[in-house]
Amino acid sequence: MAEAHQESGGSGDFDLSQFYQIFFEEAGENLDLMEQMLLNMDLETADDEELNGIFRCAHSVKGGAATFGFSDVAELTHQMESLLDKLRRHELQPNAMMVDVLLESADISRSLLARHQAGETGEPPSSADLVRRISELASGATPAAPAPAPVAAPAPVAPVAAAPKAETPVVKGERQLEIQMGPLERLDQVDPVKELFRDIAGLGEIVDLPSDRPNFRVFKVGTSSSNDDLLDLFAFHVAREHVLIRDLGEEAGAASESVSWSDDPPPGAPLAPAPGFGFFDGAPGAPAIAKAEAAEAKGAVKPAAKAPAQLAQPEAATIRVAINKVDQLINLVGELVITQAMLAQNSRTLDPTVYQQLLTGLADLDRNTRDLQESVMSIRMIPMSIVFSRFPRMLRDLASKLGKKVDFVTQGEATELDKGLVEKITDPLTHLVRNSCDHGIEMPEDRVAKGKSETGTITLSAAHQGGSIVIEVRDDGRGLSREKILRKARERGIEVSDQMSDADVWQLIFAPGFSTAEVVTDVSGRGVGMDVVKRNIAALGGTVEIESAEGYGMRVSVRLPLTLAIMDGMSVGVGDEVYILPLSSVVESFQVKPDAVSTVGQGSQLVKVREEYMPVIELEKVFQVPRFDFEKACDIMVVVEAEGSRVALLVDELLGQQQVVVKNLETNYRKVPNVSGATILGDGKVALILDTSALVRRSRH
Amino acid sequence: MPLILAVDDSPSMRKMVTFTLTGAGYQVVEAVDGQDAFEKAQTQLFDLILTDQNMPRLDGLGLTRKLREHPQYKTKPILMLTTESSDLMKQAGRTAGATGWLVKPFDPARLLDVIQKVIK
Repeated sequence: MAEAHQESGGSGDFDLSQFYQIFFEEAGENLDLMEQMLLNMDLETADDEELNGIFRCAHSVKGGAATFGFSDVAELTHQMESLLDKLRRHELQPNAMMVDVLLESADISRSLLARHQAGETGEPPSSADLVRRISELASGATPAAPAPAPVAAPAPVAPVAAAPKAETPVVKGERQLEIQMGPLERLDQVDPVKELFRDIAGLGEIVDLPSDRPNFRVFKVGTSSSNDDLLDLFAFHVAREHVLIRDLGEEAGAASESVSWSDDPPPGAPLAPAPGFGFFDGAPGAPAIAKAEAAEAKGAVKPAAKAPAQLAQPEAATIRVAINKVDQLINLVGELVITQAMLAQNSRTLDPTVYQQLLTGLADLDRNTRDLQESVMSIRMIPMSIVFSRFPRMLRDLASKLGKKVDFVTQGEATELDKGLVEKITDPLTHLVRNSCDHGIEMPEDRVAKGKSETGTITLSAAHQGGSIVIEVRDDGRGLSREKILRKARERGIEVSDQMSDADVWQLIFAPGFSTAEVVTDVSGRGVGMDVVKRNIAALGGTVEIESAEGYGMRVSVRLPLTLAIMDGMSVGVGDEVYILPLSSVVESFQVKPDAVSTVGQGSQLVKVREEYMPVIELEKVFQVPRFDFEKACDIMVVVEAEGSRVALLVDELLGQQQVVVKNLETNYRKVPNVSGATILGDGKVALILDTSALVRRSRH
Repeated sequence: MPLILAVDDSPSMRKMVTFTLTGAGYQVVEAVDGQDAFEKAQTQLFDLILTDQNMPRLDGLGLTRKLREHPQYKTKPILMLTTESSDLMKQAGRTAGATGWLVKPFDPARLLDVIQKVIK
């Protein structure tokens, strides 16, 4: 045991602060998750799983806070936990007030944690009032509204960290016991038991009594702890079966009835501040009690964590690095991928029997490069749920402030997006969602009057579409009014005509002059800061589109490019040029006989594939590929599918499949029709990545 | 070198336990919940299992019960780390077949003490 102490450096020197950072992150996640679950919870139909999940969040935060010595957080979360415990045990029925108090508590816990994280600067937010309200709710009472001043609140209960057992009600009521221990190998074997009473505050008093047998010790104990707890407590020093407890009670002497060897705790027995651990007798793996040396249980109940000194450079579990370092890494890996592709290409002609080792090595390199690339790319990609998760709370608050009823639906939360984009898209999205709630969704009575359901719905969705991510904010509110927008535009001196298409009219709300609050609210509500929204999104290389139907709602679609995409591509050759097709859009390829292609009006060609005609696109013509070898002709068809249609691309040859690093052509050159980007091939040549959607659209015209 | 399976759904708790135990010369494998632990316990034989009680998927009691059904874990020490140190919990732990319990929050030195007692 002594060794163990040395090895661990002793508890006194054990520095918990190295775990603070990871705890802060974890607690933050737990609080976020709890908030989300609370918001999603239907009070009427909340099931065990939901309630348990919420409970577990509070429970985890409490455990960590207590361990790391953040007693204010531990205390508050302990109260939350107690309330949630009653909910999950169905002792209480969840109600809106509880949800409110729990949400508020989560907020305060966050601030308390933030303060600890910042090195305990500034006044801590007061949680006393919340503690009072939660405990009142937990006791089944309806608490008065928040106390005006925290002064009115009762003194906070003892911090959980200092008294781990505080969670079970300690029933007061001291009993006088006579405890006999023996037979003992050595009489001093049970001296530590006396120390327990000295060290554990509230355990009670112990005095030696004379023993009538040589290898027995007898004590008189005054305690409010149950027999079982005492037995647990003594278990390290003396086996249960060697302890006899007699209750002296009020009338000492009539003790025989209360003799207790029992393992079964008397129901409702008061609990002692236990040493914090114990073994079950005879349980598999339990230490032989007789062998147990006098374990010094001292320090057993001392708070596990020392007061958080200061956060002197905690060894962080995550690191923050400048985005440009990550970008550089991504670029370098991109280059590595290219080099690897080049090696793979050059090694194709090697004789496998001669160069077996080299080829095995190259295969490994291929795999490792892919893994590396994937990992590096994933550094920057985070799921949209990070953004989406902030909205339920915001909407709930906003809707209740406005007196509206709003359901919030999210779709495609797992869609991943570059971190830089996520951070920048958050504000514009917040704006759009707020607008939908503020101005789109009507008051419940107006909705009913229009024959709609009382509760409006706002849907936030994200999806990958081609090389872009499309984020949509939809609502089933009142939609935009064409007439009012045109009138306002005229008043603002913007040139408009009644013949303008709807799409053009909706674009007017992005005009800078349109966005002062009173104008917009007057018009139809849309437009608060819409010019800013559009500007921000344009800065990310994205576009905003609006669709609206007056009276039925509207949809704002934000389309953002995935600038960092890595793509599985199929390379095809046309003349001396190489083009890349996104592998995901390639359906099949085959060699075509000249007579399978038929020309229809205006020179368009069709090919018949298994009884189905599809348009043929000659890449040679689309890109005006110069051709020097007139003998050679395109006779390979690659069928690609996009936007629900198929076209057959006519190429010279299939060169293979490979991963390509997509380089944005627009930022490096300019937008080229039918091309979505470019990449660098293994041999250093640039190849264009074809935009299959554009090619499909082209075939339709 | 004794091999310990540390089961907790809280990363900070896991890290702390791992840090404490590896510092004392034990080898530690972490599991994020009971289910994960149970799966890991089948691929490696652990000398001791240290498990949290309240976890998603499979809790500490459930894990203990499942492990005790496994011939190789019939007699291995299983310690429950828990904030619920009520008699009820202890009773449940004993019935499930746990070796002992340790209340969270705990002192790292005490964790080592307790482990020392059950590991041969």
